Amino acid sequence: MKKILLSAPIIFFLLTLGFLYRGLENDPKHLPSALIGKNIPTFELRTLDAENVLTQEQLLGQPFLLNVWATWCYACRIEHPMLVELSKRGVKIIGLNYKDQESLAGDWLDDKGDPYIFSIFDPDGKLGFDLGVYGAPETYLVDAYGIIMHKRVGVLDERIWQNEFKDKYYALENAIK
Amino acid sequence: MIAEIGQISLILALCTCVLMLVTPILYTQFQNGIWLRLSRPLAINHLLLILTSFICLTVCFLIDDFSVRYVAQNSNTLLPLVYKVSAVWGAHEGSLLLWMLVLGGWTAGVAFLGSKISAKFRSHMLSVLAIISLGFLLFLIFTSNPFERILPIAPEEGGDLNPLLQDFGLIIHPPLLYMGYVGLAVPFAFAIAVLISGTMEKEYIAWCRPWINIAWAFLTAGITLGSWWAYYELGWGGWWFWDPVENASLMPWLIATALMHSSSVTEKKGTIVTWTILLSIAAFSLSLLGTFLVRSGVLTSVHAFATDPERGVFLLVMLALFVGGSLFLFAFKGHKLASNQNANGWTRELLLVINNMLLVSMTIIVLIGTLYPLVSDILNLGKISVGPPYFDFFFVPTTVALAIFMGMSASSRWSTSNLSESMKRVILPLVICLISSIFVVFAIEAFSRNYSFSWSALITFIAVLWIFLTLIEDIHLKLRTKMVGVIKNKSFLGMTVAHCGLAILILGVGLSSAYSTQEDLRMKPGSSTYISGYRFNFRELNEIEGPNYSASQGVFDIYVGDNLRGSVAPEKRRYFSGRDVMTEAGIRTNLLKDIYISLGEPINNNEWSVRLYVKPMVRFIWIGGFLIAVGGIIASFNRRKS
Repeated sequence: MKKILLSAPIIFFLLTLGFLYRGLENDPKHLPSALIGKNIPTFELRTLDAENVLTQEQLLGQPFLLNVWATWCYACRIEHPMLVELSKRGVKIIGLNYKDQESLAGDWLDDKGDPYIFSIFDPDGKLGFDLGVYGAPETYLVDAYGIIMHKRVGVLDERIWQNEFKDKYYALENAIK
Repeated sequence: MIAEIGQISLILALCTCVLMLVTPILYTQFQNGIWLRLSRPLAINHLLLILTSFICLTVCFLIDDFSVRYVAQNSNTLLPLVYKVSAVWGAHEGSLLLWMLVLGGWTAGVAFLGSKISAKFRSHMLSVLAIISLGFLLFLIFTSNPFERILPIAPEEGGDLNPLLQDFGLIIHPPLLYMGYVGLAVPFAFAIAVLISGTMEKEYIAWCRPWINIAWAFLTAGITLGSWWAYYELGWGGWWFWDPVENASLMPWLIATALMHSSSVTEKKGTIVTWTILLSIAAFSLSLLGTFLVRSGVLTSVHAFATDPERGVFLLVMLALFVGGSLFLFAFKGHKLASNQNANGWTRELLLVINNMLLVSMTIIVLIGTLYPLVSDILNLGKISVGPPYFDFFFVPTTVALAIFMGMSASSRWSTSNLSESMKRVILPLVICLISSIFVVFAIEAFSRNYSFSWSALITFIAVLWIFLTLIEDIHLKLRTKMVGVIKNKSFLGMTVAHCGLAILILGVGLSSAYSTQEDLRMKPGSSTYISGYRFNFRELNEIEGPNYSASQGVFDIYVGDNLRGSVAPEKRRYFSGRDVMTEAGIRTNLLKDIYISLGEPINNNEWSVRLYVKPMVRFIWIGGFLIAVGGIIASFNRRKS
């Protein structure tokens, strides 16, 4: 009896260890978006540095990455070079400048390069709210019909591009050819 | 150059670790005293090397050496000097170096202060501490090196220390916590040494107890400080969120509290030896588990350090080896530990065992709540989070139960079982506490316009008065029967102070949750609102500049009737280094009550969302917490007659 009691802690621990090991393979940042498979929400905002008013209609026609960014977001600085690199590779990226100041945003892009076809200016976070954005950076993969295919919370780096976005993006591009 | 010196010191420290590990084995093998005599110099050497490394890292921060990656990520030329120093332990790599430094200190302590235990036993303990140091040092050097350089072009400016950490509380919070977490390695090493030798003498557990008490006291202080910091810094008015990282510090604390009590029984009566040894292993194991949870990315938390799978695996392997190894040893050699017969009946030993049962249950509850999201995700039961409703549901009744039994134990005796005598002793305190509590709660309702009858306030008062009155009854009895020596005994004094501290903490928790008022409103400068007998006037909104930030500041005047009582000025800060916006709450306290105002978000032109709280007695939570820590320190000064 005593032997059983004495062995109980190690057995309990080994069980916990098993879960922790499996937990390492798990990604706590993988929070599924409620909008996967649904359309981009309707909105009416203008682009950064331009007077044109945009709606979700203007986003249709080709698959693209929608990247949520802001000058107050430290991690966005880390992500930015990757986006510039992707745009050089021909990947279409539209920016969503989220809860930011226009002049700061403009200077930021002048300074660090502009990988975006254009950036939607969303100072009050209205589109962000409808999309379910809760921080920056976030990146959405949207198809030619405006349907959200994937959402990534956090910095988009080479590894995540290869694992989560690349194949899907090119498949979507091929589908409309 | 300095970073390289730091790096080399770490590698040399690794060598001293290996030597510390090996020399006791050589002694056992060759029985030559020289191997034992090396342990003290080695421990000191190890400590000095780690200290050198730590100082080097600090110097790199002070001279703004941004070619060192860790400095570039966590500092900035505009950062005030004191925060450049605290930035050393502000992120993963540096805080690990702090961990090593604290462990080196405790190890040296055991090497030099272990005169009451045999040299052989001490050397076994030092071996264990050396293996732990070795594991962490390997982890540090190979996966988390704070001295890594950014070459060839160093940044001109650093990324800045997270603004949340630019605060006094957060400067001393990690060092205090680590003194506690790491300090629990000493009873852990003690337990392993006991299992290896197969017996434990009474003098040995007596030697170990002050170490347990001091580590526990530091952990108490660290957790209390963290809670206080969260309250005034985060802007939500809360002081405990059941966040996984908070739980990671609470679990070792609960087990360490159980250990404090069980080691008292083991010392005095020589019973429950195996249980005390198990608790000693469990306490440090939970510290290690906490380290793993915080740094591996397995759980999401605002507190967690940056995640990296490689680090996670390393830590998991360490956890498996240390905890698994010690529990295997326990399973195979635990039966060899001799224990005295347990006394029967209503004795103090029984009550302390009940205390242990309660504390261990609470620990298991917290462990389940902390790990359940992970288990649920792995078993594909969904992504859920476990929050306050679960924890509060279990914690409130168990804390009340703890208070009840704490009071009962004050009237109990060691070894002798006399239930009727104990019952007679508690009748008067019980009656007084019930009547007074009912009276006070109804008086509060009758005489104050702001507070109505509250069951939780009633239960709080009953629990708190019960603890105080039973303590007073016990002291009174001892004075009457001329047992003054017992009262002067530092153990008794420490216990009394710590239990009073707990009562005060319960008072703070219970009353602040029963009687707090909270309002979330839209306000613009010039507007006023009435809460809980106060009028708050949002007088003006200013834009101000600090050393490394600019801020919107709201100034609120506080009136009672027509009297201006004071003002608070909450801020919304934007740090120049471009990080997220930080909230600085405006708090005004007179110890019995806190007025807490924080700015939310700007809405439209001039309006802001504002959070206003009136929180009675919330300060008592931290006063109680610190008092508990003080009690622990006092108790460790007890000079034990052999």
